[in-house]
Amino acid sequence: MIEILSSTALATVQDLGRFGALGWGVSHSGAMDRLALTAGNILLGNDENCAGIEIPIFPFRVRFHQACDLVLTGADHLARLDDVPVWPWLTIHAGAGQILTIERGGPSRWQASRVYLCVAGGIDVPLALGSRSTQLRGQFGGHQGRTLQQGDRLPVGVAAQALRPVGMGIVPPALTMPLEVDATPAIRVLRAAEYAAFTDQSCVEFWAKSWKITSQSDRYGYRLAGPMIEPKYPLELRSHGIVPGVIQVPHGGQPIIQMRDAQPSGGYPKIGTVIDADLWRLGQAPIGSSVRFVEVTWAEAVRALQDVTDWLDEVRRMVALGLTVRQEAGHDQ
Amino acid sequence: MAHDPVVSMLGTTALLLEAHGETSLGTQQKIWSLSGQVMDWPEVLEAVPGMNNLMLCFRQPPLDPQPLVTRLLEAWHTARPMTMEGRTIELPVIYGGEAGPHMADVMAHTGLGAEEIAEIHSAPLYPVYALGSHPGYCYLGGMDHRIATPRRKTPVLKIPGGAVSIGGFQTGVSASDGPSGWNTIGTTSMVFFDVSKQPPTLLQPGDSIRFRIQQVVR
Repeated sequence: MIEILSSTALATVQDLGRFGALGWGVSHSGAMDRLALTAGNILLGNDENCAGIEIPIFPFRVRFHQACDLVLTGADHLARLDDVPVWPWLTIHAGAGQILTIERGGPSRWQASRVYLCVAGGIDVPLALGSRSTQLRGQFGGHQGRTLQQGDRLPVGVAAQALRPVGMGIVPPALTMPLEVDATPAIRVLRAAEYAAFTDQSCVEFWAKSWKITSQSDRYGYRLAGPMIEPKYPLELRSHGIVPGVIQVPHGGQPIIQMRDAQPSGGYPKIGTVIDADLWRLGQAPIGSSVRFVEVTWAEAVRALQDVTDWLDEVRRMVALGLTVRQEAGHDQ
Repeated sequence: MAHDPVVSMLGTTALLLEAHGETSLGTQQKIWSLSGQVMDWPEVLEAVPGMNNLMLCFRQPPLDPQPLVTRLLEAWHTARPMTMEGRTIELPVIYGGEAGPHMADVMAHTGLGAEEIAEIHSAPLYPVYALGSHPGYCYLGGMDHRIATPRRKTPVLKIPGGAVSIGGFQTGVSASDGPSGWNTIGTTSMVFFDVSKQPPTLLQPGDSIRFRIQQVVR
């Protein structure tokens, strides 16, 4: 059992998402940074779809009512277990009664906003429509269908293996797969159906200017501020399916990028779609920071997805290797 | 041969097939039919009907999407309209006033009065074309074009569940509180989604909604 001690809002239970329910109007949800959650689960020997806690606002404090192994992935922030510093991306063991505190700041090696608290066995809330992710709009899934509150107690699942690699660490993906344009974090984008319906100048500026992520941004979508993006003529589309990453331009001319809790359909014109391989980067981009869009081809977008798969394969390989070394060294934990 | 639908990519996650021509129930029946067919294709994770369009989510993005697009268009041309006889639910609506905060915008755009808008809006039997937007939300066909009003310049951050709204040539009822770019003209109350039920939604494509004027607030 993990007890939430801080009164911080907006933390949610997330796994990799809920699929097969779009036709009921139920969005995918799931971790904004799927790489961080997946890597955390691999490090702990969990099923890769185990649920963790996504934490966007700090300080965040929890008490472990049972001993368990854990790892913090995602953003690098200052963390301590009782008084002992905790390094991100490195598995540790917490004893029953210990308190984990995560605070903003520290010598961050990259600009990021969300920390994932992953525990061996995963956060064992009930499955709802096949997933443990919180469905905020539908008020189900996760812990009681809502963001976590002070006093909430979350069940921890049974850890899959007796032998787990405590003390295993990896280098975060932002450092092994950096992507910047003119010193600004970059996000790769494929053109979408209405791209050609925007004015030539709008299209040029879409790629050339940087876009600020405004404070009206959350798990549903990021509202951007930048140059005006204007269509050549008024567009009123029929509602159609959309996915996380779709960049819509409402009549106001400022784009909105659909994120994990995005509604599964919409009708504003689409100028582009952030490629699946880069959604984790965007999921980590802090409010107030800026991003640049980089155009890619279909082939480049598919290759980028392979790079992500390769990175996760490397994490799996490292963890398997670490286990072997520990076994040979005679560790018995 | 009719016009080919337009097929576009939604990143590497999905593709979108959009039928040509005026929005119609006949076209939607072909969309339902195509959706049922492609759901069994191994590369398809989910098939999601929209308003005269269909989104396919990939299990894995194909290295070259063209063969899949070709196969999809062939399936479209041979698809037979699927008729679905559903049930009808009636929803009493309070139009205008606090229940319909954007009624004035619809009046300004259409040049019609609140009573006329309510009359026109409540006249048709609306078939449920598709579900989407949020859990339990129904996209309805058959709205009278005289009350069509563009989506708002910027989406409203929160409109309440039960809000009856117009977006372009479409209308619908919000199933829960949330953001929307549509114009709210009235309010009703009904539970459209219950996660503990199977299926969790009150209505399915092929069912119908009839709006009844409970009151028009001026």
